[in-house]
Amino acid sequence: MYDFLTSLELYDFLKGPMVWVSFIIFAGGSIYRISSLLSKAKKVKVISTYMSLKYSLRSIFHWTVPFASTNMRKHPWFTLVAFLFHGCLIVAPLVLLAHNKLWYNSWQIRLWSVSERVADIMTLTVIVCVVIFMIRRLVTPEVRFVTFASDFVILAIAAAPFVSGFLAYHQLFFDYKLMVALHIFSGEIMLAAIPFTRLSHMLFFWLTRAYTGSDFGAVRHSRDY
Amino acid sequence: MIKIQRKKVADPGFEENAKKLTPEKIEKVIQWVLEKEADVRLKTFVETCIHCGLCSEACHYFLSYRRDPSYAPVAKIRQTLWDMLKRKGKVDAEDVKMYARIAYAECNICRRCSMYCPFGIDIAYMLNIVRRICGLLGVVPQYLQDQANSHMYTYTQSWLAQDDWVDTVQFIEDELRMEIKNARIPLDKVGAEVMYSPHSLEAKFKINLLSNIAYILNVAGVDWTMPSFDGWDSTNQAMHVGDNETMGMVERMHFEAAMKLKVKKIMTSECGHSFRAAVYDGSRWLGWKQPPVPYFQPTQFFYELIRDGKIKIAKKIKEPVTVQDPCSIVRNRGLGGMLRSIVNATCEDFRDVNPRLEHNYCCCAGSGVINYGPLWKFIRMEGGRTKINQLKATGAKIVITPCHSCHKTIEDMIHYYKLDMRVMFISEILVQNMYVPEEMRVIKTKDEG
Repeated sequence: MYDFLTSLELYDFLKGPMVWVSFIIFAGGSIYRISSLLSKAKKVKVISTYMSLKYSLRSIFHWTVPFASTNMRKHPWFTLVAFLFHGCLIVAPLVLLAHNKLWYNSWQIRLWSVSERVADIMTLTVIVCVVIFMIRRLVTPEVRFVTFASDFVILAIAAAPFVSGFLAYHQLFFDYKLMVALHIFSGEIMLAAIPFTRLSHMLFFWLTRAYTGSDFGAVRHSRDY
Repeated sequence: MIKIQRKKVADPGFEENAKKLTPEKIEKVIQWVLEKEADVRLKTFVETCIHCGLCSEACHYFLSYRRDPSYAPVAKIRQTLWDMLKRKGKVDAEDVKMYARIAYAECNICRRCSMYCPFGIDIAYMLNIVRRICGLLGVVPQYLQDQANSHMYTYTQSWLAQDDWVDTVQFIEDELRMEIKNARIPLDKVGAEVMYSPHSLEAKFKINLLSNIAYILNVAGVDWTMPSFDGWDSTNQAMHVGDNETMGMVERMHFEAAMKLKVKKIMTSECGHSFRAAVYDGSRWLGWKQPPVPYFQPTQFFYELIRDGKIKIAKKIKEPVTVQDPCSIVRNRGLGGMLRSIVNATCEDFRDVNPRLEHNYCCCAGSGVINYGPLWKFIRMEGGRTKINQLKATGAKIVITPCHSCHKTIEDMIHYYKLDMRVMFISEILVQNMYVPEEMRVIKTKDEG
């Protein structure tokens, strides 16, 4: 088993076809989820009639800029953690030197990349934020009341690529090859899980905000932030 | 299924009606509402919610019940919709009673939580779906159902017969002539500018309020009327039950009355829910994007009369005053600025609340909770603690609010918490302080010589 997990064949498989599979599931799933939602919403008059681009953007702006909404200001520490977590989660994989090298090898494309030290800090930030989220789930009564196993599962899905990546890079505790295999695999799991788990909030955030922003702004002449 | 601690309330609307339920009926209704009636919003909201609990502090129940997690908005969804969805509607009568308690008595559909959810999830929309399910199953607070029944039988909220209505109006007109020379309450005046649509209670035991409106409209020289026939009552308790069919019928009748009279606009009473029913829930149910006849809440109507100089303020109230922003017209219509404008025009010492405008706390009586009768009064008193503390902190002696529910429950809380305050409608403030031309006055007041 151990030999299999650290084998070059598995590495190549995960690095090659599996990336495509997970990416196709992610992209195809996302397009399917969004388009099916939009086509259903279009038929519902109480949604489609009142949509407003101006107020959709106003709402999205106030909820994607740190401290731009009342509730964010009421929970400054949580806002900080949430923005750091989401920012690093999305940016770190894109600006990591090793990832850029892989893309360059495959397709001769590369993004701007940060130093390994910065990438390391971003990775650790994600891990620390996940730990904070988990503690908050267990300690804050109103959060614990609505916490299920699935909440920890999606946290684990989000954290796994970062934990395994960190351990692999620093060659800590486990064999490097094993960790790299797990790192790639967990990344692929996360990508594929986005459209079909509550990680889909990444896709739907923009749409639910647009709906509520329009309803509050264009119809009810009020602010939703 | 989670068990939560709640004071037992022996409401026959829950206890007796739940006995008539069968598992098949419950499942059928839940499946119908969740699968056929509810639109794409429901499942999108359920699937997008990340269970972060950030909506909790938006809820006045959560704050008033000392941060009891079971009162958080997301917790209410957990205990109702998530449960129904997870069990695919295979729940028993006891569960339905709990859903009903949460949806009817522990949420005022005030929509404050939507402003605090990072995803903008419309939690009130979801709890309205729970009300719809319980309404179809007949597990509804008895007093509320009784008023919805009254809408079905008498087209008013308070079992008022149509001839009683005309009789009351004539009586009010006679009384008004003691104060305003030749005051008129014109019924059925075709082509009038405005149709005033009173709250049912204004024709039953709060007739001074109808009299106040008539007083203001007479003095301001507004071309107004009211229907002598059914459709005059602006209230709509069926909306709170989740009985959308009756809600639609009431609103249709209401707008048809205005169309028969060919009025240019409708002014509802100083009431939040009737505005919501006419402008949002009712109009949308009937397939209208906007109300077919422009619909005004007195806050806006009076604001415009003052702005245009039709109402002149003779003197200002000296006592410190504050306001209660009714959710239906402030968070859900943005009339908070106009309300403050009226207050500043009529009062010398205005002390604003904090938080204010759309962030203001609900009074804990909205969406029908005011009407559940004595059995449920405690929930308004306990759940309204956040509200009353907020008002108390202003140091004001008068609370001005253009909403019947807010008015009544704050009055109740003032007694309950033994405070030295009183509540007033905008119309009361205007009647006391507006300028009345010499030729219209019947009795001269002492200080006017």
